[in-house]
This record gives sequence, C-alpha cells and structure tokens, in this order.
Amino acid sequence: MIGHIKGISGPTVSVDLKGLRLYDRVYVGHAMLAGEVIRLEQDGAVVQIYENTKGLGIGEPIKGVGMPLTVKLGPGLLSGMFDGLHRSLEKLREEMGSFISGGREVYGLDHLKKWRFSPLKERGADVKAGEIIGYVEEGPLKHFISSGCDGRISEIIDGEFSINEPIGKFYDGREIPGYNEWPVRMPRPYKRKLPPSEPLITGQRCIDFLFPLARGGTAIFPGGFGTGKTILEQSIAKFADVDIVVYVGCGERGNEMAEMIEEFTTLKDPWTGKRLMERTILVVNTSNMPVAAREASIYTAITMAEYYRDMGYHVLLLADSLSRWAEALREISSSLEEMPGEEGYPTYLASRLSGFFERAGVVETVSGKIGSLSMILSVSPPGGDFTEPVTQACLRIAGAFLMLDTSLAHRRHFPAINWFQSYSLYERSLADYFREKISHEWNDLKQRCREILQREEALREVAEVVGFEGLQDADRLLMVVAEKLRLEFLSQNAYTDDAFSPPEKTLSKIREIVEFHDNAAKRLKEGIPLQEMLKM
Amino acid sequence: MRLSEHIYRTISSIRGPLLFVEKVFSARLGEVVNILFPDGRSMDGEVLKIDGDTVLIQVYGETRGLDIGNSSVVFTDTVKKAPLSIDIIGRVFNGSFLPVDDVPMFIPEKWASVTGFPMNPSARARPEEFIETGFSCIDGLNTLVKGQKLPIFSCAGLPSKELAAGILQNSRLAVGMGRFVVVFVALGLTFHDYSFYMNVLNEIRTGFVAFVNMADEPVVERLLSPRFGLTVAEYLAFERGMDVLVVITDMTNYCDVLREVSTAREELPGRRGYPGYMYSDLASIYERAGRVKGMSGSVTMIPIVTMPEDDITHPIPDLTGYITEGQIVLSRELHQKGIFPPVDVLPSLSRLMQRGIGECHTRGDHRKIANSLYKYYAKGRDLRRLEAIVGKDGMTDSDKHMLDFADIFEREFVNQGTARRDINETIDRGISILKRFSLEI
Repeated sequence: MIGHIKGISGPTVSVDLKGLRLYDRVYVGHAMLAGEVIRLEQDGAVVQIYENTKGLGIGEPIKGVGMPLTVKLGPGLLSGMFDGLHRSLEKLREEMGSFISGGREVYGLDHLKKWRFSPLKERGADVKAGEIIGYVEEGPLKHFISSGCDGRISEIIDGEFSINEPIGKFYDGREIPGYNEWPVRMPRPYKRKLPPSEPLITGQRCIDFLFPLARGGTAIFPGGFGTGKTILEQSIAKFADVDIVVYVGCGERGNEMAEMIEEFTTLKDPWTGKRLMERTILVVNTSNMPVAAREASIYTAITMAEYYRDMGYHVLLLADSLSRWAEALREISSSLEEMPGEEGYPTYLASRLSGFFERAGVVETVSGKIGSLSMILSVSPPGGDFTEPVTQACLRIAGAFLMLDTSLAHRRHFPAINWFQSYSLYERSLADYFREKISHEWNDLKQRCREILQREEALREVAEVVGFEGLQDADRLLMVVAEKLRLEFLSQNAYTDDAFSPPEKTLSKIREIVEFHDNAAKRLKEGIPLQEMLKM
Repeated sequence: MRLSEHIYRTISSIRGPLLFVEKVFSARLGEVVNILFPDGRSMDGEVLKIDGDTVLIQVYGETRGLDIGNSSVVFTDTVKKAPLSIDIIGRVFNGSFLPVDDVPMFIPEKWASVTGFPMNPSARARPEEFIETGFSCIDGLNTLVKGQKLPIFSCAGLPSKELAAGILQNSRLAVGMGRFVVVFVALGLTFHDYSFYMNVLNEIRTGFVAFVNMADEPVVERLLSPRFGLTVAEYLAFERGMDVLVVITDMTNYCDVLREVSTAREELPGRRGYPGYMYSDLASIYERAGRVKGMSGSVTMIPIVTMPEDDITHPIPDLTGYITEGQIVLSRELHQKGIFPPVDVLPSLSRLMQRGIGECHTRGDHRKIANSLYKYYAKGRDLRRLEAIVGKDGMTDSDKHMLDFADIFEREFVNQGTARRDINETIDRGISILKRFSLEI
C-alpha cells in the first residue's frame, strides 16, 4: 500500500492512500517518519506524525504497515529508557549521536541479549492466551512469559534464548515467541477487577498519613510552577512500596531527566536494597521532542505497566505531566481543525482521560495472579488556576487529589500539599488496614492532627488582629504545636535522609507531637506558664 | 532534489505577514522561499502549511508593496539554515543573519538547520557546575549552573537590562578553563537599549556574538533570531567546546509575534489570544540549553521576560516558568526602595541549585546559610503584613527583630549596586548578617 502526501499542517499530514484502518501505523515520506492514522475520509486519510515534519514535501510517498502502533513486550524492559514510541534512547544515541534527528526505526528490546528461560509448562500441555508458560530472571524479578494464543505445546526450551528466537512450538506448527506485541491504545485483558484495599506507601508523611493512596488507585497533584511537582513525583518514584515503577517524563525538562537517571542509577530501593533503576522503566518525551509522540508516550508507558501487572506485580505509573499530554492532544486537534471545547481543548478530552484512568486498578490476571496498577499523575494548570479543563476533567475521575499550594512553596514548605483542599477517596476503605496492620492509634492520631491544623487556621485570623501575644495560653500552645506539626511532620526535605519516612517513623513522629501537646496542655492547667514549657 | 528553480506568480491573497500561493507543484513544510517584490526588492519566507497545491507562506519582513500578479515566489527546496564558523565570534548581525557591523560576511565552515534537533535525554549531562554571576541574590540563594536556563521575570520600568548587563560583565566559571562566550539575542530592542547593550558587549573580553532585531525592524524576524542565536550557541558549545551564555531579551516580544502570526492564520486562540502551541514553541527554544555527556561545552540561557501588567500568571511568564529551571523575579517594591538588583528572593528559584552548591562547587556551608537566610527573610516578610495591620509598636520584640532583619537583608545582602561580589564574600556577608541578629544558622 503506497500513497502520496496531499497536504501538511504542523504534526498532521493528509494523504490519498485508501484501505487504511483507523490508528494503523504508517511510514511517511522519504525519511520514513513514523505516523498513525487518526482520521479516515472518502478519498484518503489524515495521519499524525511522531517526528518533526519540517522538510516533508508534497507528493512524497506514504506506506501503510497494516497494524496499529504496538510495543514489543518482553524481558529487558526494566531499567530501560524509551521515547514515546518505545524506541530505546540509548540505542538512538549510539546510532545518531547526542541529538535525535528522526526517521530511524530502533527497537525497544535488545534482540541479541541472551536470557535464561525456565519453563513452567511441559510438552503436551494445553495453554490459553495469557497463560504463563515460563519465566526468566530479569534483575530482581521473575519475568513471567505468557503465551500469546491458545494451543497445545509440542516443544518448549529450557535454557538460553534471545528475543528473536522462539521459546517453543505448538502442535500445529506455530512458534511461541519470547515476547508479546501489543497495541498501545488497547487495554490488556484481565479476568476481573477488584476494589483497592491495600495502601500504597509512598514514604511521604503528608500523603501516607493524611491522604493515603491505594494500590490500584489513581491520584493527581496539580500545582503551578515551582510548587515541587517534579520533586514529589521523583521522591515517590524512589520510595513507593511497589515492585515496578514506570515513569513518564511527558513534555517536561531534559535536564531533570538527566538528573533523575543519574540519581536512579546510584540510589537504592529502600524496600529491597537493590539499585532503583533495576525496578524502573523510563519513558521520556521532553518538551522539545515532537508533540504527537508525547501524545503516544503515556499509552506506551501504561501498556508496559499493564504487562508487568499481568505477571502479578504491583506497578506504579507516574506521569509528569498530564497537562502536557492534553496540550499535545489540543495541538493535534487544532491542526485537524476540529471544533474546540473549553480553552481550545478537544471535546473528547474528558472521555480520553477517563479511558486512560480506568486502566489502573487491582486485577485478577488471566493467569490467576493478583496484580495492581496505580497511577500518580501531575497536572500543570496554567497560572496555577485549578478551574482549567484538564484539572477539572481529572477531578471527576481521580481517586485522590493532592493540591500543591504556591503559597506553601514560597514558604519553602515541601511537599507543598495543601491539607485543607486535598482529599483521598481511599481514606475510608484503607482505615481498617492501617488500624490492624500498623497501629490502632493511626486513625485517632489522624483526627487529632486535622483538628490541630484546623484550629490553627482559625486562630491565625485572630492572631493577625490581636497579635500572637494577645492569644490565650492554650491557644498559643496550639499555635506552637501546629507549627511543629507543619515544620517537622508535614514537610519533608527531599535532599536529606528524611526524604523517606516509613509508616513506623510517621507514626512515632506524630505521636510525639500530639503527646507533647497533651502534656503541655495538662501542665498549663496545673498553672505552669507556657513560656517556661517552650524553653524546655 | 529539484533540478530547476520553481518560480510562481500565483499569489492569491496577502494577509499581514502571510501569503497564499496557489498551483504550487511540490512544496515542503518549512521550505525557504524567496519573494520578489514588483520594485525589485527580495525577501525570505518560509512554508507554514500545505493543502494540496495551495501553500501558506510566512514572510520574514515587511510585506508593504507586495501585490497580486506581479510579485513572484521562488521555492528553494531547502529548510532554513544558519552559516557557522569560528569567525562568527565578535560579530553583530540583524534578525536575518546579515552583518550590521560594517564588516563583510564571514566564510561559513558549515550550515546547520536553525530549528536544531532535540537533544537525546540519555545524552544529557547533569548540570552541576557553578557559574559565579557576581550577584549575591543569585549566587547565594538562586545559584546558576552550567547548562541551566534561568529566566529573569521583570516588569516594565525595572532595571532588567542593568541586571543582564551585570551578569554579562561579571559571570565567571568557578572552575574550568574552557572559553566563555556570550550569544546575545535582542528582539524588538529600542535604539536606547541597543546602544546600552553594545557598550556592555564590547567590553566583554572573552567574546560575543549578537543578533539584533530593532524595534522598528520586521517583527516576523523575531521568530528566527533566537533560533539563529541558539544554532550558533550549539555549534560553539558542542563542536568547539566553549561555554556559551545565551541572553535573549525580550521573550515577551517573541510571544507577541507568535500570537500575531497565529491570528493571521486564523488559528483558535488560547489564553489571552496566544496560540495553544506556545508551550511547545517556547520549549523548542528553551530546551536547547544543556550539556552533553562526553563534551566539554555547555549552553546556559538567561531569557528576559517582561511580565505584562506585572502579572506572573500571564501566559508568557507562566509557560516560561513551566519550562525553565527556575526564575529570578524582580520586584517593583524593592526597586522603589532603591535596591539594585531588585530581586525578590521569595518567588525566585533555581531548580538546579542543590546540585551546584556545597563542598566541591562553592562552599560547604553554602546550603545551610542559604536556607537560614531564606527562612528568616520569609518570616520577616510575613510579619510585614501583620505590621500593616497592627503597626510596628503593637508587635513583640522578637517580631520587630525579624522585621529589622528583613530590612537589613534587603539593604545589605540583596542590594549591592554594580560592585561584583565573589561567592566567598556573598556567603560571609550572609553569615555576618545572621550573626548580627544572633540568629541560629
């Protein structure tokens, strides 16, 4: 199938090729730029191009591949670094140097590397699509390999293989490949979804204690620039209690990614002691890389995340930032001259987002294991204004909303999570877990903590009029305790040892503060002046 | 490759800086065209959009005098390229890359596409080498490092150009023997500012390259000049191993042209009429700052943004702040107090500072001193609000103490006039102020 380019507008190209299907992958122009069909018409199609379209000419050829945008899933994804199209960035660098000039097909997986395959099924066994047939050791994990289709195994290897060699055969002669190819826009199947019931410990006291997240849940944190979104995302990527982290740098800064890569290769996972990079997959599409690939990057990432979920692992997808993805969508939509919705975003923004969010969850996989896929996504509202369409669309679907506050950030209170506006819908369903598994005091202490913060807010207004000295002793004590709570408990310096706080530490810290308050309040009643107690 | 030159006289409409040409046989996106005026003048343009045989062209110049019928358009079959050579150092060009310093054009060693290619994120080296700008408020509290992009957010009437000039004159790398070169890009500069900057540039010993688009010169050139500047910067940094500091003033003018072209194209406007792709467009400029693994050079960028209506949430500073690694915010209040540079350190931020300070970069106690100064100053500033309500007399002694600290901090630490302070002096000054107020460090 070969056609020709009829028109070019930004990242989209119209072509006269017939017989394409929607979301088919195509190669465009002499430079063989990768693209995807996004609209079909009577006499042709419109294609979005994942690479820079500069220099593309009218009449250049276009070729259909006959299949949608897919990723190759197999051993070797962990500690990998990919662009939005699942091309290995390291390999791109080997091939064309420090700058990405485009038009190059590079595979995400290393086809030459040998893996030791241990079968879990025997010759003659009947397998269903999605059923696990064996595993390889990939870093700290067992990487389970499942069959792509139904059949009866006639041959299965027990030894070394590389990705482009089959690991066995079916009786009807079909080969069993060691990898899985999956279209990124299609959710991977599972047996059934389960409600989230376990917490996702992030190591951030404010989140774990006040706004707990659930494994299989979704959370967003919107914040203007300088509110520490990226630092928070990266801290969670480092310390979250999950097996695998997929991190998407979606339309963000290149220098930040360089920093992150360097840190992740040296830092250790606090839960297992292994190098962080061994459990991490990076998908990087910085802001100056082509926008259409930015649009695809979150799908590429979530497909890899689902792949590991299907092996029964707890996977966390972090994206920084979802707003850049939405902007890419808007850019493509406007080059298609679609009727815009709010602020120029396409009207299908909310439905695309909810489709994406619903790919999170705790599931019983096809092979009967329990795996989870959680999502924590940052949102960058323009001007720090939360009434904009992306934040609002996310609010309707996300399970937790962690609002990053510019005024807290200006006071260098990090993570700058506003404790009055934020919420977590998982709080109630996780309450039992915290009471039983961590401490029976957990929920009561949380209530106390909230009360102190609320009381402080009310007193602050009074203090602004009468001054701190004009307050009663009990109120002054509360202000002092609240300050302690903010400085020592809710804020955490990401550059010190305090960056990671396991639940035990969180608990003992809050207990200490609440006890200090109670003791002081008691002695205040006994008549000991506040000044004296504060000196101690 | 086309064998013959394609000339068309089929202009169908002219709309501000945009032309529609019909019945074009084979055009390319981003192709450079040459527009021949009826009076014999010629001008460059670029293909923006192609729809069948109708081509939309953006003209890099004033379209006055262009007509339908007699004017013609020549398609050149190449994308916009910039000539490069080491001899470029010391030269001044206009927004079309023509020399304006009365010296003939240099002989190019090579040509490179002006849009450049995105740097592979895995090839980026982490920026961590300290650049000493000589200003306490930057070096001490918002440290600049090699490969960073740190904009100055200014307001109309504030001395952003004096600050930029100070940085140009005083910047020094604490370590490293590499050559330090300045690339200066001016967009819509008034003659007054132009003569000011040229005086400054001519005094820089290490050398500079300037691209100057004056306020009365074609506005569409402003879309090109920063890209010329950065192409030159990348060449000097990554092929010649130099440390390049790029100063672009003023990005607000750039964004206004972007909006002008977008409206002429009848695109859907985003916030305040700026196009929806402004984030990506700005990123294609700002993200060219950086360092590459295994190469000695670096591109550091200081764009200057004038915030319309002093509003930091205006789309231009807002999107800039989302892309750059921090910001230096100037304050009208400090300027009125006679403080120079009038940098408000509270909303200012350098995201890469944490890596660039400490034992092996600046001084072991740098972080501690910076944090303390910041903390106490923030406290003092908070109390100023209280002071406005209850008056200074109604406040406690400890509150008054903090208020005094904030004043002294502004007058003695931030304020330094045109004198240069090295990093030791900056930190020592911080320590002495903290000690004077017997504050814990």
